[in-house]
Amino acid sequence: MVPVSPTGPARSTGTGRGPGRVLVALYGVFAVAATGRSAVQLSLQASEAPFPYALSALAALVYVAATVGLAVDRPWARRTAWTAVGVELVGVLVVGTLSLADPVLFPDDTVWSVFGRGYGFLPLVLPFLGLAWLLRTRPR
Amino acid sequence: MVVWLQLTVVALSLAVALLAAAYLVPDRRPDRWLVGLTWLLEAALVVQLVVGVVLLVTESPDIAVATYLGYLVGCLVLPPVAVWWARGEPSRSGTAVLVVLGVVVPFLVLRLQQVWEPGWYL
Repeated sequence: MVPVSPTGPARSTGTGRGPGRVLVALYGVFAVAATGRSAVQLSLQASEAPFPYALSALAALVYVAATVGLAVDRPWARRTAWTAVGVELVGVLVVGTLSLADPVLFPDDTVWSVFGRGYGFLPLVLPFLGLAWLLRTRPR
Repeated sequence: MVVWLQLTVVALSLAVALLAAAYLVPDRRPDRWLVGLTWLLEAALVVQLVVGVVLLVTESPDIAVATYLGYLVGCLVLPPVAVWWARGEPSRSGTAVLVVLGVVVPFLVLRLQQVWEPGWYL
């Protein structure tokens, strides 16, 4: 039997369903963008600014993991998504603050510089949406 | 790059976004018109890639080649993936995925232009 909630028909708890579809699409765009940027930076100019470029690589990994974690409907995927979105939130807050406090640390922009200003602050909004969506769809 | 070509890409992309948004309100699923328009956008992106590579070879400008090719190929991948991802969703959220596609592609074309012509702004 499929459990039916008193307020309406059974709602799928998969993170890649319903509004999650759009969230995964947004994460997917950032996964592609961050991976591309990181690949270019690491292959061509790795020694130029090791710290921000390592951060770019971390961001790419986080976005890919969050995209897959949210898109796939499996317990391991949900755990992956929680971890990735958590790291993303910490990353954007720490890097955003540091990039304002000490711009010398960040000679080249990362996705998270100044809380993702270069990307319409979407990198700051996404982890909150991600966490809210993971909470809302959690299995009961 | 070729301005009219990029304007075509941007116009098609915004048309996808607008039509998908128009479908969202009455809760219509992506039909052959919306998907057809998305494939038209894909065709324009293929032309953009071919023209972009030809320009790169013939003019050999002093630009970040890897980034340039990354944008040319990157935006080419998005429409098919978006259609596939939109089709897998029975609710109106699938249609919303195509709105996201239509809004994202113009930004990529803008960045592409900035890589081609550093210091270029609207």
